[in-house]
Amino acid sequence: MATWQPDPSFYPSPRMAAKAPRENLAYVAAFDPERKKPDAIAVVDVNPNSPSYSQIVGQVDMPNVGDELHHFGWNACSSCLCPNAPHPHVERRYLVVPGLRSSRLHIIDTRPDPRNPKIVKIIEPEEVAEKAGYSRLHTTHCGPEGIYVNALGDAKGNRPGGIFLLDHTSFDVLGQWEMDRGPQELAYDFWWHLGHDTMVTSEWGTPDTFENGLVPEVLLGSKYGRKLHFWDLHKRKHLQEIDFGEEHQLVFELRPAHDPTKAYGFVGCVISLKDLSSSIWTWYRDGDKWAVKKIIEIPAEPADPELLPPVLQGFKAVAPLVTDIDLSMDDKYLYVSCWGTGDMIQYDVSDPFEPKETGRVRIGGIVSRTSHPAAKNGALNGGPQMVEISRDGKRVYFTNSLYGAIDTQFYPEGIDGWMVKLKVSKKGGIKFDKKFFVEWPKGHRPHQVRLEGGDCSSDSYCYP
Amino acid sequence: MSDISPWLVLAGLGAFHGINPAMGWLFAVALGLHRGNRRIVFLSLIPIALGHAVSIAIVVTLVVILGLVIDRHLIEIAGGAVLIGWAVYHAVYGHRHRVRVGMQAGFAGLGLWSFMMATAHGAGVMLVPVIIPLCLAASPAKELTAAGSLPVSLAAVGVHMASMLAITGIIAFIVYEWIGLAFLRRGWFNVDLIWTAALVIAGIILIV
Repeated sequence: MATWQPDPSFYPSPRMAAKAPRENLAYVAAFDPERKKPDAIAVVDVNPNSPSYSQIVGQVDMPNVGDELHHFGWNACSSCLCPNAPHPHVERRYLVVPGLRSSRLHIIDTRPDPRNPKIVKIIEPEEVAEKAGYSRLHTTHCGPEGIYVNALGDAKGNRPGGIFLLDHTSFDVLGQWEMDRGPQELAYDFWWHLGHDTMVTSEWGTPDTFENGLVPEVLLGSKYGRKLHFWDLHKRKHLQEIDFGEEHQLVFELRPAHDPTKAYGFVGCVISLKDLSSSIWTWYRDGDKWAVKKIIEIPAEPADPELLPPVLQGFKAVAPLVTDIDLSMDDKYLYVSCWGTGDMIQYDVSDPFEPKETGRVRIGGIVSRTSHPAAKNGALNGGPQMVEISRDGKRVYFTNSLYGAIDTQFYPEGIDGWMVKLKVSKKGGIKFDKKFFVEWPKGHRPHQVRLEGGDCSSDSYCYP
Repeated sequence: MSDISPWLVLAGLGAFHGINPAMGWLFAVALGLHRGNRRIVFLSLIPIALGHAVSIAIVVTLVVILGLVIDRHLIEIAGGAVLIGWAVYHAVYGHRHRVRVGMQAGFAGLGLWSFMMATAHGAGVMLVPVIIPLCLAASPAKELTAAGSLPVSLAAVGVHMASMLAITGIIAFIVYEWIGLAFLRRGWFNVDLIWTAALVIAGIILIV
């Protein structure tokens, strides 16, 4: 329903959004790797003054099994205030929740009771395939033309993957986004620079190369994704691709600067075939083209092969496996999840080409199995993965599962889910909130976290 | 009195269109903020006003041409139906348009954007109840001709555009210089609902 005033969670600029009230609830995607019981969106109490702080206080189960809930997003956000395509009177109230494996889309209403969300619409995979020509739905963003959802496969699960649009009130599938995809075939993440009319997309691989786990031959042959693609956001036309080169595999999470006047962003590359290192790259405007520069390299750590899973034994080292990154609202701090070694690293990226490490904590990890003050069972498995930052930048939340079939390749005994929270010091530096540790219920693993009212990877802005 | 009122209505509707952030003042402010330049705010108003005026002029031209060949009463009924239809379309599908122009818009892009926004919102058709009596006023002494309607039609478009431009410029200036954008969070009331109602009312006026 249209409202008389804009949704109170919409902010014209990231500066204003950083002053938003703190979140009381987090929504977390949880999936069953055995695909025997339904996946769910869990509601976690993140209000430290609440008696149920750090507990799951609500849950909405999916109607089917085997969806593999992964990423999700809001139906509407601050980009609704953009001057060129204003929709200020839409409510931020629905979560758009795709199944990565099932290609099914769930629309979940978080009102009237945000602790007790309800599924209000389901779009079956056949409808997505017919109207948009895609499958394996991955990431969603609210934006100028409605809800953008990307997919890793075409209707039959082959290449190309791409993006399609949903109406942000009726949730009708409107169709494929690309009008001219140029050479782009692989998909992983996407986001944009609203101030520069530019879409950026990254690459993983086709469903047959990840649905049963990473395929060593594909990886060692440098056949997974290694490119960034830049598009005209409004002409929906491919403009430029940048190849990171044979050494680099799996170019994943894209975090453009929130300030719409800035033309740069950060992307993580999971693994180097040369030395198993992970890297962070800055993309930036260079004249009338886009360019990239590697700004951070996180090395692999030598390890006793006895302690390593079969995929890493031959290398006698644990790879950092940077699989998620997130940028604070003021574009100052970049958080980097090292799912392999167990580190969560905070960098000051005020100068996007001269990052400075300002904080680091370790939890879980393939070899280290580092515990948490509030963990009952001691050695934790899994490592820092999907990371989300509060709008004011004072709190950071993360979970520990990557993707069902890949979890077991690196953590062969499986992953016991957990979710933790960091406190961020004013001058940089991070430490665990000793009272916040969600021991995830057995049978589910947690993935992406979304914060009530918006967070640092949910909203984009048109005004500086 | 009856001579002056249609002009006042045209100017009033110009002001109403100018107030709507979706008609341009907000875009002008945003571009000024992006490029850190007050001049950009004012320069942006030119293509915004021109795009709006072209959209209005097309509707006025259509009305005048139809007026030469069709009975005025029929035009009023048809115009009323179009207005109410437009209101329904605006309410149901108004949010679904393709976005063709973004923050890198130049002069031409901004003009095109303004033209498309005004057209899609039915800014021109909203004026039809005023345009018909004004531009299709044949008197016994003077027969209705296209040439005869030209000056009054141009004046109608001009008055509307001047009023729209003035309000757009004043709001853009005040917001850019003093208020800032934070007020949008609470102050951006739902102009679209009022707009839809205005289209329906204009349609009813024509038919009744």
